[in-house]
Amino acid sequence: MEDPILFSFKWWIEPLGTWMAWTRITIAFFMFLAFAISCMAMWERAVPGGAPRHGVFAINTTRGDRLFISLLGSAFICIGWLFFFGAPLWGALLIIVAWTVFVFRYV
Amino acid sequence: MNKPVNQKAWFFVLPVLVLVAFNAIIPLMTVVNYSLQETFGSNVFLWSGLMWFEELLRSSRFQDSLGRQLFFTFTILVIEIPLGVIIALAMPKKGPWVSVCLVLMALPLLIPWNVVGAMWNIFALPEIGLLGKTLNSLGFDYNYTRQTGNAWFTLIAMDVWHWTSLVVLLSYAGLVSIPDAYYQAARIDGAKSWAIFRYIQLPKMKRVLTIAILLRFMDSFNIYTEPLVLTGGGPGNSTTLLSIDLAKKALGEFDLGPAAAMSLIYFLIILLVSWVFYTLMMRNEEQ
Repeated sequence: MEDPILFSFKWWIEPLGTWMAWTRITIAFFMFLAFAISCMAMWERAVPGGAPRHGVFAINTTRGDRLFISLLGSAFICIGWLFFFGAPLWGALLIIVAWTVFVFRYV
Repeated sequence: MNKPVNQKAWFFVLPVLVLVAFNAIIPLMTVVNYSLQETFGSNVFLWSGLMWFEELLRSSRFQDSLGRQLFFTFTILVIEIPLGVIIALAMPKKGPWVSVCLVLMALPLLIPWNVVGAMWNIFALPEIGLLGKTLNSLGFDYNYTRQTGNAWFTLIAMDVWHWTSLVVLLSYAGLVSIPDAYYQAARIDGAKSWAIFRYIQLPKMKRVLTIAILLRFMDSFNIYTEPLVLTGGGPGNSTTLLSIDLAKKALGEFDLGPAAAMSLIYFLIILLVSWVFYTLMMRNEEQ
């Protein structure tokens, strides 16, 4: 079988063996999550200020809480988008960006 | 003054991290991988993208089982929480009967889930079961193996029997922790029993009740063994809750891709509701 071109869509979705059924795209997804958490740690180290804040949802949130809320919200935005419009998720991605900015700024 | 920094403490956390990785993180990552692929066994995987999620969210089978699950959880919460509080209020606070009541209350919680299902299965059988035979001899047309309404009645009765005790014990713990001074002040003010409940007991029980609701929500949303042994999801699919449907899909039909997508949505719903409860609980504490 022909090897897929580097960074082509086929390359991203190619199965990488049988253990845990990994593909490059799912590895990238989890790496993004790990990267986001690491960024939060570095942010806190560089600019301490993660004390709880009282935001528009009337709850106290730290920076970590806001990351969690934005990720959980993003998952539900994707689910909602798939239910109403189906794949692809480009529209949902725009909403997710707006949602994340909103959460980090006001929640 | 500089605080001493000792990084050795991280080594003590390591066993927990390894344990959590193997029993939660790695399986969850595998589920994410499976949810985006199709497999026909023998470890051959084909990329399917978001197809399973789309199909699942729009399938009436999933919507129906989610609806049944929400109905079940809502119903048992509406029954078990007030009933648990009422029983806790009625229980003696002092004297020899306290231990007797506590042991009696704890008994249903000690019975394994599959045994509870088997017990109620036999107990409710229309021809030989004590409940089924009694209801039929009283003139009710009761047969939980054939009639949807009866199956739901039996399922909810079983859950209420099994789990109300948990709410009772938690509420009771909340009640006995209220200092006597509050009751004395209420008596001086001439407060009636409703006022005592509304303004003293209920606010003091708020925390334990939030925990009780959270625990009962998570348990009832994950319930599998008891309904499976009692009704097997029937008659038809009328008591097929989300977990039973998931097991059917994953183990019965070996549809691992859609089952993984379903597991993720299931997990996200539980995560969302648990987070909401946790946040409410924390807010109460801050207030």
